[in-house]
Amino acid sequence: MATFFKNILKNKVMLFMVLPGALWFFFFSYLPLVGTVVAFKQYRFNREGFWASIVKSEWVGWQNFKFLFSGTDAWVITRNTLFYNIAFIFIGLVLSVAMAILLSQLVGKTLAKVYQTGMFLPYFLSWVIVGYFAFSFLSMDRGMLNQILGWFGMERVQWYSDPKYWPYILIFVSLWKSIGYNSVVYLASILGIDKSLYEAAMIDGASKWQQIRNITIPMLSPIIIIMTLLAVGRIFYADFGLFYQVPRDSGTLYSVTNVIDTYVYRGLKTTGEIGMSTAAGLYQSVVGFVLVIVSNFVVRKIDKDSALF
Amino acid sequence: MAEVATSNTQSVSDVPRRKAKDFHNISTGWNVVLNIIAGLFAFICVFPFLFVLIISFTDEKTLATDGYRLFPAKWSFDAYRFVFQTGDALLRSYGVTILVTVLGTIISLVLISLYAYAISRTSFRYRRFFSIFAIVTMLFNGGMIPTYMVVSQLLHMKDTLWALVLPLAMNAFYIMILRTFYSTSVPEAIIESGRIDGAGDFYIFLRIVLPLSLPGLATIGLFSTLGYWNDWFNALLYIDNPNLVPLQSMLMRIENSIQFLQQNSQNSSLSMQALSSIPQDTSRMAMVVLATLPIIFAYPFFQRYFVQGLTVGAVKE
Repeated sequence: MATFFKNILKNKVMLFMVLPGALWFFFFSYLPLVGTVVAFKQYRFNREGFWASIVKSEWVGWQNFKFLFSGTDAWVITRNTLFYNIAFIFIGLVLSVAMAILLSQLVGKTLAKVYQTGMFLPYFLSWVIVGYFAFSFLSMDRGMLNQILGWFGMERVQWYSDPKYWPYILIFVSLWKSIGYNSVVYLASILGIDKSLYEAAMIDGASKWQQIRNITIPMLSPIIIIMTLLAVGRIFYADFGLFYQVPRDSGTLYSVTNVIDTYVYRGLKTTGEIGMSTAAGLYQSVVGFVLVIVSNFVVRKIDKDSALF
Repeated sequence: MAEVATSNTQSVSDVPRRKAKDFHNISTGWNVVLNIIAGLFAFICVFPFLFVLIISFTDEKTLATDGYRLFPAKWSFDAYRFVFQTGDALLRSYGVTILVTVLGTIISLVLISLYAYAISRTSFRYRRFFSIFAIVTMLFNGGMIPTYMVVSQLLHMKDTLWALVLPLAMNAFYIMILRTFYSTSVPEAIIESGRIDGAGDFYIFLRIVLPLSLPGLATIGLFSTLGYWNDWFNALLYIDNPNLVPLQSMLMRIENSIQFLQQNSQNSSLSMQALSSIPQDTSRMAMVVLATLPIIFAYPFFQRYFVQGLTVGAVKE
C-alpha cells in the first residue's frame, strides 16, 4: 500500500496530465456503458435523474431483444447497414485506388494538385449541406434531374417517395463524399514507393500498365488490406448523417434508408421505444466489438504496425 | 534519377532523344484522357456547390416557374438582402457556431495533448493502464441512448452550450495520432537534456514538447475545428432553445419552413403580405452558401495538414 502511494506521488505530474482526459472518458464513454442495462429494462423516465431512471426501471430480461428480433425491423436495419457498408467498402476501394493511380500518372503536377483540391472538397462539408445539394438535384418540381428528364420527354420522378432509387442515390452520394479523401491516402503511399523500382521496370521494357499491375498495386496492397479491414471492423456502424439528412428523413423511404443508427435515434426521439432501441444499440455494439477484434486480429497477422492494438 | 535516365538513353539506342525527356511519363494522348477523367470527377465534386450558389442568386419568381437552373432567366440578390436584413437568427447561429468551434477546439487540444503526452512517456508508471483506458473506448461504446441519458440526466447539459462542446472534445483516435506524433518528432534526448537542466515534467511539456509538435497539434486542431463547425447531431439531440442553435442545425430546422427565421428575427411584425413575398427557396440556398463559405475559403490552405494527419494516423509507434 505504501509503495502504491509512493508511486502515485512519484507520477503525480503525469497523473495530473491524464486526469482531465480520463474524467472525460469516464463520463462520456464508461458511464454510458452502465446505461446499456436499460436494454434489459422497461425504461421509465424518472425526474430524480440518471441513476433513478436506471435503477427504478423494471427488469424485463431479454424481452426488448425478443420484440426487436420478432419484428421485421431488426432484419431490415441489419440488412441495410451491412449492404450499404459492403457496397461503400468495395466500390469505394476500387474507385479511390483507381483515382489515386490515375492522379499519380498525370504529367502536369499543378493540374493534379488542382483536381485533388476539388475532389477533397466534399469531405469538408457537413451532411446537412450535402442534403441540400442532393435536394437541388432531386426536388420533385424544381430539381435538375427532373428537368433533364423533362427535356427527354420523360415523366418526373418523386425521388423522395420512391424507395427503388435510393440504394443507387445513397451509394453515389457516399462515394462522392469519400473518394477524394480516400484517394489522397492512397496517393500519398503511391508517392512513397521507391522510384528506382519503376526505373528498373522501364529499363526492362515494362509498359505503364505492367508497372501499375506489378509494382504499384502490390506495393499498395498492405495499406489497401488494412484500410479495408478497418472498414470491415466498422461495418455495423452507418454514417448517421448520410442516412438521415440525404433522404430528408422521408418515412416512405425507411425500407431502404433505415440503418441501425437511424433506428436507434428514432427510438429515442420519435417513437419513444427507449428499451428496444437501446437493445438495438447494444446489439450493434456487441457485434461491432466482435468484428473490430476479429479484423484487428487479421490486421495484426498481416502487418503488426498497422493494427489498432 | 537523372543519372539513371541518361544511362538509359545510352543503353537503349533506338529510343529517340526527345522522348528521353519525358522518360517517366505517359504518352500525350493518355495524359489528355486521364486529365479529362480526373478533371471531370473533380468538377462533379465541386459542381453541387456552384449550383447551389447559382440558385441562391436566382430570382424567386423565376425559380417558381423554371425550377433550379444553371442559367437562370433572371438574377437577384434578394435572398441575401433578406437573410442579412431579417437574419438575426442566422447571425446568432453564426455566433453560436464560432463560439462552440473556438471553445471546443481549445478544450479538445488541451485535453488531448496532455493525455497523449502522458501516455507517450515511458517514465510514466501507469501509461499502459491509461493507454488501454483510452483504446477500450474505441472498441466498445454505450451507444447513442445511454450517452444521451448521461449528458441530459446526469450532467444536466441539455440546452446548454456544453452539450455542443464536450461530447466532441475527445476521442481515442486523436490521442493515438498525437501520441505517435510525440514519439516520432520529439527525440528522447531533448527531454533528457531538459531534465538534466532541472526542468520539471510540466515545464518540459510546455516549453520543449509542445513547440516541437506544432504540426501534430495543428492537424488535430484542424480536425476538431472542422468537426465542431460541421456538427449538427449534438444540437439535434440536446438543443431546443432557439438561441443556442448552431449553423448546421439551423439549416436543418429551416428545411420545411423559413418561418423559423421570421419568428426569431426582430422584424416579427412583418405583415402576412410581406411574409408571402419572402424569397424562401433562394434564402435557404443563400444560407447554405453562407454556412459553407468559410470552409471553402479555408480548406485549400489546410489540406496539407489533413493529408499529413491521415498519413501520420496510419503509422503507429
